[in-house]
Amino acid sequence: MKKIIKYVLIDLLRNRITIAYTLFLLVISLSVFNLEDNPSKGILSLLNLILIIVPLVSIVFSTIYVYNAAEFIELLVSQPLKRVNIWLSIFTGLASSMCFAFLAGCGIPVLIYAPFDVGIIMTAMGLLITIIFVAIALLASVLTRDKAKGIGVSVLLWFYFTLIFDGIVLFLLFQFIDYPMEKPMVLFSCLNPVDLARILILLKLDISALMGATSAVFRNFFGNQWGMIATVLIMITWAFMPLWWSVRKFNRKDL
Amino acid sequence: MIIATNVTKKFSKLTALDNVSAICNKGQTISLIGPNGSGKTTFIKCLLGMVVPDSGFITFNEKNISHNWQYRSAIGYMPQIGRYPENMTIAQVFDMMKDIRKQSAVEPDEELIHLFKLDAMLNKRMGTLSGGTRQKVSASLAFLFNPDVLILDEPTAGLDPLSTEILKDKIRKEKQKGKLVLITSHILSDLDDIVTEVIYMEEGKLRFHKSLEQLKEDTGEMKLSRAIAHIMQTP
Repeated sequence: MKKIIKYVLIDLLRNRITIAYTLFLLVISLSVFNLEDNPSKGILSLLNLILIIVPLVSIVFSTIYVYNAAEFIELLVSQPLKRVNIWLSIFTGLASSMCFAFLAGCGIPVLIYAPFDVGIIMTAMGLLITIIFVAIALLASVLTRDKAKGIGVSVLLWFYFTLIFDGIVLFLLFQFIDYPMEKPMVLFSCLNPVDLARILILLKLDISALMGATSAVFRNFFGNQWGMIATVLIMITWAFMPLWWSVRKFNRKDL
Repeated sequence: MIIATNVTKKFSKLTALDNVSAICNKGQTISLIGPNGSGKTTFIKCLLGMVVPDSGFITFNEKNISHNWQYRSAIGYMPQIGRYPENMTIAQVFDMMKDIRKQSAVEPDEELIHLFKLDAMLNKRMGTLSGGTRQKVSASLAFLFNPDVLILDEPTAGLDPLSTEILKDKIRKEKQKGKLVLITSHILSDLDDIVTEVIYMEEGKLRFHKSLEQLKEDTGEMKLSRAIAHIMQTP
C-alpha cells in the first residue's frame, strides 16, 4: 500500500495543477494579510475565500484525477493487489497532496501573520475540509461511470455545500421565524462541514455577537472544549462516511 | 488451470456473458475469437477479477478467485488500451511494477524491453508516447514477471509488422515453456501458427471450444481466418 501511495504522490506532486493551486492560495493569503493591518480581519476575509475555493478545487481536481487515472487503476487492479488498498492509497495520495498544497499556500502565511489559536483552528479546518471533499469526490467518481457526469455531480455537490444548503437554512429560518430555531440550527449546521468550519472560526474571532441570539446557543454548544471535540469528530465522520461508502462501491465495481 | 463455470454477467439490459463455461489448461495457447461485442474482453476481465460475474464462478488452480487477489501474481495481463500516469517515464513505470510485484525470487524477464528497443527511450514520459509504443510497454510489462498465465487482449493492434513478429516469437517461446496463453485478436493471420485451441464466442455465448486441428477438419479449411469466416457465414 505504501508503494502505491508513493507513486500516486510522485504523480500528483509533478502535476501542474497542484502547484498552481498552491501558488494561487499563497498569493491570496499573502495579499489579504498585507491589505489588512489587523490579522483578525485578514483571517475573516481569507475565511470566506478559503471556504469557497478549497472545497471547489479539492472536489473537482480529485474527481478529474480519478477519472484520468481510470486506466491506471485498471492496471493496478489486474496486479496482485487488494482493491481496498488501491482505493485507500489513491485517497491518501490525493488527500495528502491537497493538504500539502493547502498548508504551503495558506497554512504557512496564516501561521506567520496570525500565529494564535484562530490561525491554528483555521489551518486545521482547511485541512479537514480538504480531506472531506476529497472523500466526497472519490464517492462521486465511483458512483458515476461517465466522466462529464461525474464532474457535473462534483460541481453540484460543491454548489450544494457552499450555496444551496445556506439557502435552504435561510428559507427554513424565515418560514419558522415565529418559533425558537436556535437549537435546530445547531443540528442543521452539523449537516454541512463547510458551515461547521465557518461557525467554529467565527466563534473564535469574537465577532459572533453579530449573529444574534443563535450565536449564544452556538457559543454554548461549540464554544467550549467538548463542543470543539464534537465538531472535529463530526467532521471526521464527514470524511469517513463517503470514503467508506466509496470503498464498498469500488470493491464491487466493474472496471 | 483456469475453470470457468456458468459465468453470467449482465450490464443493465445487455447480457455480456451468458452461461459461459470453459476449461483452460497448462501448455495451451487459446485464442478467443468472436465478433465485436461478443464478450471476449468481459470474459478476460472476469478472469482477472476486474469484472465481478453476476452468477457462476471461476477457479484458478482449484481456488475460487472471488475475494482472492494473490492468484494474480501468476498472471501477466496486456490490456487492449494501456494508459499509464502521464507524468511518469517508461523507466519509472517499469520500476513501479517491479516494486509492486516484489517477487525477488524471479529474475525479471526484460527480453522484450530490449527487443522493442525501449531501453533507448526509458526517460520519455508516458504522455508523449505513441499508441504503438504504449502497446510495447504493455506487452513488456505482461511478460516481465515470468507469469504462468499470459492474458493478451488484442496484442498486435497498433504494432508495426516488425514488432508484431517480435511479440509472436516471444509468445511462441513462452508457449514452449508450457505456459497457458490466452489471446484475443481480430487479426487472425497473426494467430494461425501460435494457437492450439480456439474458443468462439457470439453474443455473450460460448459457441464452441475446439482444438485448431478439429476446427480445420470440421470446416475443411486450411487457414484459421477462412475457417472462422466459414463459421460466421453459416449460422
